[in-house]
Amino acid sequence: MALLEIRNITRRFGNLEAVKNVSLSIEAGEFFTLLGPSGCGKTTILRMVAGFDAPDEGDILLDGASLAGVPPERRPLHTVFQSYALFPHMTVAGNVAFPLEMADKSRDEIRRRVAETLALVHLEDKANSFPHELSGGQKQRVALARGLVAKPRLLLLDEPLGALDAKLRQEMQVELIALQREVGITFVFVTHAQQEALALSHRIAVMRQGRVEQLDEPDRLYTQPANRFVADFIGKINLIDVEVVAASKLLLTLKAAGLGEIAAIDPRPIQPGERGALALRPELIRIFGKREAADLKNRFEGRVKELLYVGDVTLYKIELANGFVLEALMANAAPGRAKFHEVGDPVAVGWRHDAGVLLRD
Amino acid sequence: MTSSEKLTRWIVTAPPTVFLLVFFLAPALIVVAAAFREPGEFGGLAPWSGLSLEAYRFLATDVIYVEILLRSFAIALLTTLACIVIAYPLAWLIARSPKKRRDLLVLLVILPFASNFLVRIYAWIMLLGPLGLLYTPTAVIAGMVYVHLPFMVLPLYTNLEKHDPALLEAAQDLGATAWTRFWRITFPLSLPGLFSGSALVFIPVLGMFAVPELLGGTGDILIGNLIKEQFLDNRDWPLGSALSIVLTIAVLLLAGLASWGARRGLHGTEAVS
Repeated sequence: MALLEIRNITRRFGNLEAVKNVSLSIEAGEFFTLLGPSGCGKTTILRMVAGFDAPDEGDILLDGASLAGVPPERRPLHTVFQSYALFPHMTVAGNVAFPLEMADKSRDEIRRRVAETLALVHLEDKANSFPHELSGGQKQRVALARGLVAKPRLLLLDEPLGALDAKLRQEMQVELIALQREVGITFVFVTHAQQEALALSHRIAVMRQGRVEQLDEPDRLYTQPANRFVADFIGKINLIDVEVVAASKLLLTLKAAGLGEIAAIDPRPIQPGERGALALRPELIRIFGKREAADLKNRFEGRVKELLYVGDVTLYKIELANGFVLEALMANAAPGRAKFHEVGDPVAVGWRHDAGVLLRD
Repeated sequence: MTSSEKLTRWIVTAPPTVFLLVFFLAPALIVVAAAFREPGEFGGLAPWSGLSLEAYRFLATDVIYVEILLRSFAIALLTTLACIVIAYPLAWLIARSPKKRRDLLVLLVILPFASNFLVRIYAWIMLLGPLGLLYTPTAVIAGMVYVHLPFMVLPLYTNLEKHDPALLEAAQDLGATAWTRFWRITFPLSLPGLFSGSALVFIPVLGMFAVPELLGGTGDILIGNLIKEQFLDNRDWPLGSALSIVLTIAVLLLAGLASWGARRGLHGTEAVS
């Protein structure tokens, strides 16, 4: 049985359907992420699970029992808020002790578990500090410690890393993964940052306009996006509009306007005449000198329009014959060389026939 | 700091400084000095004849003054407590009402200031008379509470309005019931507002003479009335001045004690208030 079962929930605010018939089932021990742009309904779902809001239709079950009518204070799950919501008049230890006091634990147990949990988030020496004396990253850790200390069945995290700067954010991501593994508590994480979702999660539900667009493991989401929205939302991707010309089990021939034929594969049956988009990740596209030979079925000529050098990699924008601008990523892996092509260079691009994913309309 | 910045600073701060020196510090010093003089025959002060401790000696020898001072403090304390009990829920309700309505509600709280103070107290006479409460200590406290309530509501409201609702949600999420949320979160965070409201009520009540004079009986005389009497009726300025000084020192001691206690008990709340 799943730990948390969300069954066909719908939530309306006036005329707006914030959540539309969403069903999810989250297993014990999982790091589950709700990912989507702002307004996609992910926070609304989190608030309904926490009990601050209730679905208009459908039901939410924890360990098989419905949570309907159970107030937030009686749900065995805790939340890490985006603003942290640390109690400003209590010390770090006071904040972390709060949920244990609410659960009427003994003084000795509270002292022991507060110390343990603060050690877990490396804040032993801040026990007597007040929240306003802490840095953003430290506040974040206190919020995590407070959420974890009472060992809830489920920890809900509402964009908890949103307020941190990029470097700190990455550090906290690594810590969060280790922390979740160590405590074994199920995490339900809400974010609009796709990289964060990919890095942290066991499974991700990508949401848009109140619906789940795709529910999958991070690598599957990245390599096998279900539709244009998911492909575009997760990472960088080239979407080339195509029409199926010929289809066999082993090879698919597509036609892109002004570009010619593209070889691809698709395990699912498909008919000539169907339309869609070929989704190609920039790192799967290779760039050659114009005269360089390449034994790739898909090889097109173009010209470097722009490039973005970011150190480890360079992102090239290559304009093809039909005016389509293809993004290609090259690792700057050759010693002593940072860039291989300059703006204006005539180049050729190519990719393996199994590099792309056909997204049907 | 450049010299032009210095000049600007002087120009900006000079008028209030001069005002305070002339109209605040000077009268206070005059009062201090007057307490060490002899009363004049027809009011005012007698011609200088050396430092006199007569006024203080008089105060120290008559127990009635201590009694009146204590009664004044008791009335001020009761008034403050009553104001807290009435103002807290009121301020909380205003802070919780929709943003658009809050300004209107605050306006209603301060609306009584728009009419004359004495007229309002006379209205209370007409109200309390038929109830048989006129000229009793109850009437004095009721009048005092009525007059000073806005001074408790406003600082409390200003404080409560700033509370982050996420804190209450967090507390609820972590298992706190409504009652616990109030006593563990809302109340401690509102203490700075409660303290400033209490100071704004307690101190003026101590010096207030109009309310006890109009609503109280002969036995309800407070230190404010006593001071007023020395100046207007008995024409004993030195005694009135000495009484004022005793009252001021008592209030300062109390305020110092309160702020010391507040700082000790409230460490950390500066972040929200």
